[in-house]
Amino acid sequence: MIQLLKIAARNIFRNKRRSLMTGSAVAAGALAMLLFGGFTSYIFAGLETNNVQRIGHLTVFRAGYFLFGAGNPAAYGIDHYRDVIGLIGSDPVLKPMINVLTPTQSLVGIAGNFTAEVDASKTFFGVGLIPSDRDRMRQWDQFKIGAARPADPRLSDADDTRGLMGFGLARILGLCARLGLANCPPLPAAERPADKVVAAVDPDIIGLAQRDVDPGAASGPPQIQLLAATAGGAPNVVSLAVSGAEAQPAKELDDNYIAMNLGLAQQLVYGRGEHKVTGIVLQLHRSQDMAAARARLVSLFQEHHLDLDVRDFGELTPFYGQVVRLFGGIFLFIALVMGVIVLFAVVNTMTMNVMERTNEIGTIRAMGVRRRGIRWQFIAEGALIGAAGAAIGAGLAVAVAAAVNGVGLEWVPPGNSNPVPLHLDVLGRPGLVIRTWVGLVLVATLAALIPANRAARLPVVDALRHV
Amino acid sequence: MATQDRAPAVRLTEVTKTYRAGAVEVAALRGISFDIPPHSFSMVVGPSGSGKTTLLNLVGCIDSPTSGTVEVCGERIGELKDNALTDFRARHVGFVFQGFSLVPVLSAYENVEYPLLLIGVPAAQRRERTLAMLEAVGLKDQSRQRPNELSGGQKQRVAIARALVKEPTLVLADEPTANLDTETGAAIIDLMHRVQTRFHTTFVFSTHDPHLMLHADETFAIRDGRLVDHRTGAVS
Repeated sequence: MIQLLKIAARNIFRNKRRSLMTGSAVAAGALAMLLFGGFTSYIFAGLETNNVQRIGHLTVFRAGYFLFGAGNPAAYGIDHYRDVIGLIGSDPVLKPMINVLTPTQSLVGIAGNFTAEVDASKTFFGVGLIPSDRDRMRQWDQFKIGAARPADPRLSDADDTRGLMGFGLARILGLCARLGLANCPPLPAAERPADKVVAAVDPDIIGLAQRDVDPGAASGPPQIQLLAATAGGAPNVVSLAVSGAEAQPAKELDDNYIAMNLGLAQQLVYGRGEHKVTGIVLQLHRSQDMAAARARLVSLFQEHHLDLDVRDFGELTPFYGQVVRLFGGIFLFIALVMGVIVLFAVVNTMTMNVMERTNEIGTIRAMGVRRRGIRWQFIAEGALIGAAGAAIGAGLAVAVAAAVNGVGLEWVPPGNSNPVPLHLDVLGRPGLVIRTWVGLVLVATLAALIPANRAARLPVVDALRHV
Repeated sequence: MATQDRAPAVRLTEVTKTYRAGAVEVAALRGISFDIPPHSFSMVVGPSGSGKTTLLNLVGCIDSPTSGTVEVCGERIGELKDNALTDFRARHVGFVFQGFSLVPVLSAYENVEYPLLLIGVPAAQRRERTLAMLEAVGLKDQSRQRPNELSGGQKQRVAIARALVKEPTLVLADEPTANLDTETGAAIIDLMHRVQTRFHTTFVFSTHDPHLMLHADETFAIRDGRLVDHRTGAVS
């Protein structure tokens, strides 16, 4: 074996230029695949981190909520949710996996900003949460991409009147100036799109909302009124002190989003009735545990006859799966193109080598080398060219990635609303590097098989006669 | 034992070999029969195109006859499959080619050692036998040199050492002096004769040089694929 590799290595250097060109093709393939793969991995890690920070790994819903709950979240509240949280949090299998276990309440309604200057309202999609749990969830950074975010003082467990909204919703409600938002134009004087919505709402509800306005709120954070139907179907209104606005990844969400304390959301949806939640979010320490945690939850709910359903973040945000499939497809396409280039380069080189060394093949066959020995000789050469080229390509990819990462370029990834540093994660993905290297070596080896077989099948006499 | 010793190293019986060149069949050998005695220094002589190389290819087990039988060391080579034939060559047949045919990426030492690797000789023995053979052909000091760093005569010495190192029953040399000048060619023949005597190998080589026939124990003259003369003892 050592002798075989020694001879193969020396044969590679017989025609240095040809071997160099072939090795360069392999290296270019490795470079392209690893840089794009590193870029893709970073996107996936970023997307996953973003989702997990926002909605956790798994969410427990009441059965049917996932399919029908968006139309009437209040109707799908989880009864005795604290008991369910206790059950999940104390489970010996789940406990070590869970980083954050927190309830959430989804709701829909109408947000209105009724002041002397502005009279605007807009339907909203809201989520009630526990601010301290949200802060802990935003610390999640399993892939070490520097995505952990500091605690957000705009929401507080101690003050359940405060809330955040989407940048677009703040704009529509005419809150740009009050919130000090940059690049946020004021409402046009001649156009009041909110009037149409207001007009469609029962005047009694508007009156209820306007009665709820805190007259002393003009100096503090802007106050808006949230109107929603309770679980019992009655209208209910609460005031929300808007402590900030942040852009959401999609315009539809940005124009509708409000985050508030769970208590406020429950007050709005359930009034004086039993407070429920629409979801219980589980953020795990590691994404790898997701399947195991989900299976355990399902079994736990079956054991306790709970009519609950579990969904992962991929199901709740189909966009994530679409992006993964899109970039995965592009990566596969690049890998295929590079594989074909490497295949043809190696086949070409090895075919020329076989032609040039036909007499030598005849000589060593005459000396007693079996067909198999000849075949292995050329396969070893192809594999060595592939191994060396892929290793050089991997080294170059690491260097280029380090250079690009050092420049500090920024871009807006899919699913994000703000630019983030462009990062090519090659060194941090040893699995990708190994798979690319092994893949290219395999392609080069397979490519060598065709000329190697031709060499092995040469009749000894014909090979010796070859000049 | 004595009978076995005197059994022919090679026996050809009514051997014919035809090649097809397009639609035309060319007869290279036409019913040749003869024995090559063991431990002899035999020559196959004849003009170019007479069938010498074809004959040596058959004797060397790298080609098969169209009809007739070829026995080498008592083995009917026509009955062996490719792998068995290859292994047979590895153990029993050494080749010295007209164009030297050394493996260019291997040093003189490695070229000579190569046949021993094929038959699984242990490393220590390989080293000992390789160095001894290089010394026997006068190339111990050139053992590390690659073929492109050797002269034609030196290359052919390496080729002889390579053919003999595994102590084969039979060594075949197809016009081994054709690419050498007269003086070097004579030196190579002399060397071959000496190592043949020393290692008791059966040596068969082809030539069309009448001067070389002086060295032969057995001479087989062929023309147009037929044996036209067989003499024992040096031809003067």
